[in-house]
Amino acid sequence: MIDKSYDIVIIGGGPAGLAAAISAFDNGVKNVLVLEREQRTGGILNQCIHNGFGLTRFKESLSGPEYAYRFVKQVKDRKIPVLTQTTVLSISQDKTITAINKEYGVFTVNAKAIVLAMGCRERSKGALNIAGTRPAGIFSAGTAQKYVNVKGYMPGREVVILGSGDIGLIMARRMTLEGAKVKAVCEIMPYSGGLKRNIVQCLNDFDIPLYLSHTITQIHGKDRVTGVTISKVDQNKRPIPNTEIYFDCDTVLFSVGLIPENELTKGMGVPLSPRTKGAVVYQDRQTLVDGVFACGNVLHVHDLVDFVSDEAELAGLSAANYVKNGASVHDTIDCVNGKNIGYVLPQKIDKNLSGDVKLYFRVANEFKNCKIVCECNGQVLAQKKKPVVAPGEMEYLVIKESEIKNANGQITLSLEELL
Amino acid sequence: MYDVVVIGGGVIGGTVLRELTKYQGNFCLLEKNDDVAMGQSRANSGIVHAGFDAVPGTNKAKFNVLGNKMMQSYAKELGVKYINNGSLVLGYDQEDRRTLLSLKERGEKNGVPDLAILEREQVLEIEPNIGDEVICAMIAPTGGIICPYELSIAAIGNAMDNGAHLKCNFCVDKIQKDGDVFTLTSKDGQVVQAKVIINCAGYYSDQVSALAGDETFQVEGRKGEYILLDRESGDFVSHTLFITPTPAGKGVLVTQTVDGNILLGPTSVEVPTDDTSTTQEGLQSVIEKVNRMCKGVPHYNTITSFAGVRAYCDRHDFIIEKSPKVQGLINCAGIESPGLTSAPAIAKYVVEQLVSTLFNLSPNANFNGVRTPDNFFKNLSTEQKNQLIKKDDRYGKIVCRCEQVTEGEIVRAIHENPPARSLSAVKRRTRAGMGRCQSGFCQATVLEILARELGVSMEEIALNGKGSEILVGKTK
Repeated sequence: MIDKSYDIVIIGGGPAGLAAAISAFDNGVKNVLVLEREQRTGGILNQCIHNGFGLTRFKESLSGPEYAYRFVKQVKDRKIPVLTQTTVLSISQDKTITAINKEYGVFTVNAKAIVLAMGCRERSKGALNIAGTRPAGIFSAGTAQKYVNVKGYMPGREVVILGSGDIGLIMARRMTLEGAKVKAVCEIMPYSGGLKRNIVQCLNDFDIPLYLSHTITQIHGKDRVTGVTISKVDQNKRPIPNTEIYFDCDTVLFSVGLIPENELTKGMGVPLSPRTKGAVVYQDRQTLVDGVFACGNVLHVHDLVDFVSDEAELAGLSAANYVKNGASVHDTIDCVNGKNIGYVLPQKIDKNLSGDVKLYFRVANEFKNCKIVCECNGQVLAQKKKPVVAPGEMEYLVIKESEIKNANGQITLSLEELL
Repeated sequence: MYDVVVIGGGVIGGTVLRELTKYQGNFCLLEKNDDVAMGQSRANSGIVHAGFDAVPGTNKAKFNVLGNKMMQSYAKELGVKYINNGSLVLGYDQEDRRTLLSLKERGEKNGVPDLAILEREQVLEIEPNIGDEVICAMIAPTGGIICPYELSIAAIGNAMDNGAHLKCNFCVDKIQKDGDVFTLTSKDGQVVQAKVIINCAGYYSDQVSALAGDETFQVEGRKGEYILLDRESGDFVSHTLFITPTPAGKGVLVTQTVDGNILLGPTSVEVPTDDTSTTQEGLQSVIEKVNRMCKGVPHYNTITSFAGVRAYCDRHDFIIEKSPKVQGLINCAGIESPGLTSAPAIAKYVVEQLVSTLFNLSPNANFNGVRTPDNFFKNLSTEQKNQLIKKDDRYGKIVCRCEQVTEGEIVRAIHENPPARSLSAVKRRTRAGMGRCQSGFCQATVLEILARELGVSMEEIALNGKGSEILVGKTK
């Protein structure tokens, strides 16, 4: 049987969980356990066989599995125990984790600190109230990716994709390379939700048309999809009559957003942010429950895994500090999103923590020539100009430690358009 | 040669089949689809009606009240979830109040116990999310909820455990009668023979009856569209909320489901076929109506929308009778709402009062009415779970994370009665793929398990039987 008590238990062995484990270990806490529900660690990177991972962190273009392996190996080298095919069923506020696997059945482990790193899930087609039938041939982009890249099967031959998030764009290219015909990518917003480089490399390079301000209004077919109707939408995202375009296809892929998977988090009573759909955290990634930390896509959806790794290292370090030093007293100021900002993270800044604070944020719309300003009581703590920003790309702004020490109220981040 | 053949594997056919197996004989269920419970028993509101709607003296009234009384123990025996959550009919104005009073009177005539009119404040105490316009409500404490396909599948599975046969993909195309023997031929040329036919073919029951030579009734379809919300919002309401009925129908409802979701709907639109596609207008009208019934409906937690077609007949009451034209044919037709509630009572009546006059019923001493549900693992105690995992470690592997369904349950559903052969069949038995990610994470794994257990290729596994295969071939 496994040990009953650990200093740190990490929930999830994807890129966030692995980096957090390594960081906790290297910062002096050796008694760490990683729990992973899949057969192997690495998370969703294992099915992302395209390249482009690690450009920021390693200055190299790696495939998903290659990027994951760098962390998998480090965990192995440190002999950090990992339980795979182990699903966590619940976590209590006293940090008892109940999990299940084939070997131990239903079992519990106790932790001094917990790092939540469960990742996110795809928003499903069902969430969209799309009219029509419910035949075979409807997949989330990630499910299609798993069939093609991991299982070696084709989910269809003629494809229409709804949503221009990164997975949708990547799958447009992947399906094309496998001989499928991708007839259209529709995006309900007037701009793409994905990275610019993916629009160029995955759509433009393959002459796949992108229909902005369009959505699927009807799915056709009884047993298998036979076609879809798309329509242009107005400013309120409502379909405009008589703008319908019909496509014959046997497959529809949905890439319509990612949702942090926080069922365990909610179950243990950790407060969540309605904006990020992840836990409310301090700059060290501690949640509002002492000794519980969160990082990666379970905290907020990232577009680059490089940032996930950075964040997870921070959470791992903080968890290690918590184990070594115990709970600390917070001197909290709130950090909120102002004009034109979708969300900002962390939502809480603890003045008792040392160091500069990197505020991550997403803008609420596409802007050109703008300025991001971080203010407290009318005083500017930090700012930067940007020639172009889009909701699809996460941005950050650094506030100096000295500015934080002087701040004496709520911090607001906003975006001003420059003329 | 079968003694009795039941046509149609919905909740009526299923409960009738199970009732038959309490007696000695050869019984068979014919189902045109790849799995049972694929018609209106697949997609309806899942309400165990108290019985105040139906006009006193009708079959609807009689079987509703009887069925309501039977349902709790019936469901328990079959391991089917049933919750007696009580129903509330909301009133918006004084005219609604008058209608509610007459509904109460009608219910009392039908024998529905404990009906009462509540004022707004009283309603707010038990349902804090009702809309601002609600001024009063009628409460029916005996109202309940159940899952229609779960009940159908369990009844059919239990009947099979007790010796009944099931033939799926048998779409009856021809019925001939020679002497006392019916010969039924399917579209693809399969043949079965029977002494008695019980027609429970739902939307197609008039066609089946006509094939046998009885054209005394007509069935029409009425489509209902629904929206299902995540279990996270499952406590939004606890009772089943109806609006005061109008001549056009019972209107939409807001209810918890036995699995802890919130169900909104249905619309009610006459349709010429049993096509179950949803429409923009339909879903929009559901949203508008429930937004009047309740404040702050958590639409953001929508996980899916779907539609079902309810079959009703031109007599506007249940037809449950021996055919006046064809000796040996029993028709159960036009079983619209409250058909689900009525099913156990209808089944009992059909077998004890109708079949008994055509076929000599002697009790089956080996009948065992108890069934272990397909989706049971998460309700076990930790000790029971661990005992089971020790015996079969596939119960230690969670496949569907949203609904916490184990590989053991999926394997079991594939091999138990009635066997699951498609993704949708596994889903409706075990709930794998029924949760918030709508099978995004588990579909590939369930598909692999199906292929492995059935000994077929991945490409042969379908969503709902032939023509709905998931994969089209291998990658390059």
